[in-house]
Amino acid sequence: MNAVTQIRRNDQPIYLDYQATTPMDPRVLEAMMPYFTHKFGNAHSRSHSYGWEAEEGVEKARVQVAKLIGADEKEVIFTSGATESNNLAIKGVAEFYKDRRNHIVTTVTEHKCVLDTCRHLEQQGFEVTYLPVQQNGLVDLDVLRAAVTDKTVVVSIMAVNNEIGVIQPLAEIGKICREKGAFFHTDAAQAVGKIPLDVEAMNIDLMSISGHKIYGPKGIGALYVRRKPRVRLVPLIVGGGQERGFRSGTLPTPLCVGLGEACEIAAKEMDAESRRLTKLRDRMLKGLQSKLSDLIINGDLDHRIPGNLNISFAYVEGESLMMGIKNLSVSSGSACTSASLEPSYVLRALGVEEEMAHTSLRIGLGRFTTEHEIDTAVDELVRHVTKLREMSPLWEMAQEGIDIKSIEWAAH
Amino acid sequence: MAYSEKLIDHYENPRNIGSLDKNSEDVGTGLVGAPACGDVMKLQIKVGPDGLIEDAKFKTFGCGSAIASSSLVTEWVKGKTIDEAETIKNTDIAKHLALPPVKIHCSVLAEDAIKAAIADYRAKAAQKSE
Amino acid sequence: MSTASVYLDHNASSPLRPAALDAMVEALRSGGNPSSVHRMGRAARARIDAARRQVAALVGALPAEIVFTSGGTEANNLALAGAGRRRVLVSAVEHDSVLKAVPDAEIIPVDRDGVVDLAALERSLAASEEAALVSVMFANNETGALQPIGEIVRLARAAGALVHCDAVQGAGRAPIEMHGLGVDYLSLSAHKLGGPAGVGALAVRAGAPLSTDRRGGGQESSRRAGTENVAGIAGFGVAAKEAYGGLAIDGWRAGLEGALLNIAPDARIFGAGAPRLDNTTCISMPGVRAETQVMALDLSGICVSAGAACSSGKVTRSATLTAMGVDAAVADTALRISLGWNSAQQDIERLIAAWRELYIRVGRSDMSRARAA
Repeated sequence: MNAVTQIRRNDQPIYLDYQATTPMDPRVLEAMMPYFTHKFGNAHSRSHSYGWEAEEGVEKARVQVAKLIGADEKEVIFTSGATESNNLAIKGVAEFYKDRRNHIVTTVTEHKCVLDTCRHLEQQGFEVTYLPVQQNGLVDLDVLRAAVTDKTVVVSIMAVNNEIGVIQPLAEIGKICREKGAFFHTDAAQAVGKIPLDVEAMNIDLMSISGHKIYGPKGIGALYVRRKPRVRLVPLIVGGGQERGFRSGTLPTPLCVGLGEACEIAAKEMDAESRRLTKLRDRMLKGLQSKLSDLIINGDLDHRIPGNLNISFAYVEGESLMMGIKNLSVSSGSACTSASLEPSYVLRALGVEEEMAHTSLRIGLGRFTTEHEIDTAVDELVRHVTKLREMSPLWEMAQEGIDIKSIEWAAH
Repeated sequence: MAYSEKLIDHYENPRNIGSLDKNSEDVGTGLVGAPACGDVMKLQIKVGPDGLIEDAKFKTFGCGSAIASSSLVTEWVKGKTIDEAETIKNTDIAKHLALPPVKIHCSVLAEDAIKAAIADYRAKAAQKSE
Repeated sequence: MSTASVYLDHNASSPLRPAALDAMVEALRSGGNPSSVHRMGRAARARIDAARRQVAALVGALPAEIVFTSGGTEANNLALAGAGRRRVLVSAVEHDSVLKAVPDAEIIPVDRDGVVDLAALERSLAASEEAALVSVMFANNETGALQPIGEIVRLARAAGALVHCDAVQGAGRAPIEMHGLGVDYLSLSAHKLGGPAGVGALAVRAGAPLSTDRRGGGQESSRRAGTENVAGIAGFGVAAKEAYGGLAIDGWRAGLEGALLNIAPDARIFGAGAPRLDNTTCISMPGVRAETQVMALDLSGICVSAGAACSSGKVTRSATLTAMGVDAAVADTALRISLGWNSAQQDIERLIAAWRELYIRVGRSDMSRARAA
């Protein structure tokens, strides 16, 4: 089977959208292949050898996932992805402990699936505090400390933001939660495998993990659920009672194996990869800044994963820029809500003005990004931003010294 | 979401980019949209002594459809009287470029831009004749 | 594992069809998030759209009626919660993903062949004014018995009830026309028909209500949040296309059952009085516990199941056989043999030979009978 070949063919655009999804690592696919073909048993069929082989694959993967985050394998539950993990973690604990605690703390820059889950729980009678973030995208720990009460059941704060890549101070957040007796859930879809994570050191009680953000397959994720002290959940999906009753449904063995392999590779290569990506990102930033003025980096640049840049190209509308740089696959705003034309709520939460939010691009670098690709991307971006600025009435005004804010725009 | 060839052509090779002297008496300027909404169009017409639009220029901050709509309109208005230019409808623009439904507002903005430019020209002309 | 293994446990999971694997590998290598606007995103979206048409065609639904899920369990959970009916009627032989999703559902009994008692259903429907949801499976996972879905829909409609049909075991093995049957919701699983595990679908009749608890991005027309399992869905589509029309195994089951009854005339075939799926037979080997049979057959390179293998590997007494009124001692000797797309006549011959050998060696001894009792 010639499944494992190069990632990018020449006719394909340069992929710079690693926060939307990552290409599969060929090694992951290789690890999965036997489970698609001759080791195809149902991991729950304990009575025959096909089932045993599948179960072995799943359990090895569970260990691989657990190791990457400093957990015990018994604390790892496989799900269909981070959206399900987030739903299960937040709804599951809220529901289970609702008689004692009915308050949830989260932030305004969480992934949509966390915010929507919280809104849903509000309708069910829970109280939710949506913490603001600072201009750099990070949570203010004093504000958090003040928000958590003895009624708070769970604090859900993402480890790394999907649009601006900033890393929240997880250990400090975990400490505050532990002091106040609230569970700490973190959506780590964008963080796992990118930054060191340790559920013990960081006092994390629940952690959502995604396969396809770490060079693994789509359709698989995991939820870490602490056993000591024990976190209890009401399941979302019931049936055969798989995954310790937390999550019913036949486990997709190849996908579990793929997630496990992706975690193992990440554990091995994280340090080297981080260094390489930091270099590439700096190269890109320098390249752009040397040839373009009026660039604004959204979100803290120091507390950030190396594979993310979020830049406002002032006076150039993001969608038109994307249409121009058609050899680059990037995102404007958040890809998950890309069909809607409203500007990113994450950028708005940082205090980025709407007109600037419209000019922003999210550029995601990753394992297969090369220096050559970065240089090509810089050239393309510079060329098109320059061309579109020539075309932009706002750029013209700015050059003439007219303050755009002084104009009374008719909203439409 | 696939764009039509005509749309892509206008986006990649926009016609009549640039600016005319906005203080000139025979130039009408329309500036519509808002940066916060993600589209701003500036459309200018220059009307000759014979009452025909002899030149048109635009600059647009906005998506590809907005750029294409304004580019197309500058082509259409040239050589027309201002009364004729005023009859251009957004639906004609949308149809010509095969705009997807979510982009219809771009054609509306282009129609507004040409109307605003004509209104500006007329206001100047009225002032002059006073 | 030796290449000579015989896999006759398709109701637990069917091996992946090579064409489905090809489609998946291609999708896995291509990447792209279907929600992204750029061309890689659009290519991923196109794969999903193609699969949606293929899955819809398998069950005679419209593409827009297909909601992709992480599997049959999620599809069942989604239908039962999403229909928005507090009053739910289910048959006694449903899968756990139905029974446990609505713990306070009213249970409709089945007859000795495992077929829903229509008179009991009608009485239950008439017992309350409150509009209900009726959930009955297309085919049973253990016996293959087919339910009279058309009749059930007729009774339900007359009482203003919605109907959900768990067709996880039926799809691709028997022709299914969702709109011909008149059901409102139909659950499907990819890995039962030669697609990958980890993907399924709920077909929702256009106009039928569906609310969801699962929050997030607006994927699947806001009916199922979460980045789509693109490769899984692509594999599902191709498997659905290949499975269309069912299995070409006419008469095989009759031959198999005839041969087994010849060996052990006192063996019993469960659900024999009902119309059944062509691929499934559930048969007792008198005096030999199913676990013993499964292990012995496994040693001969033959994979089959005892009882409800789906219950996360726990070997518990079959709820289906219990609901059919089968004695516990007999139910414990029931073996499930299920064929699929890659089954061959020689597989059946191997099974018959191994079963005969086992029966002669163990089944006839009085001691083992005593142990089993």
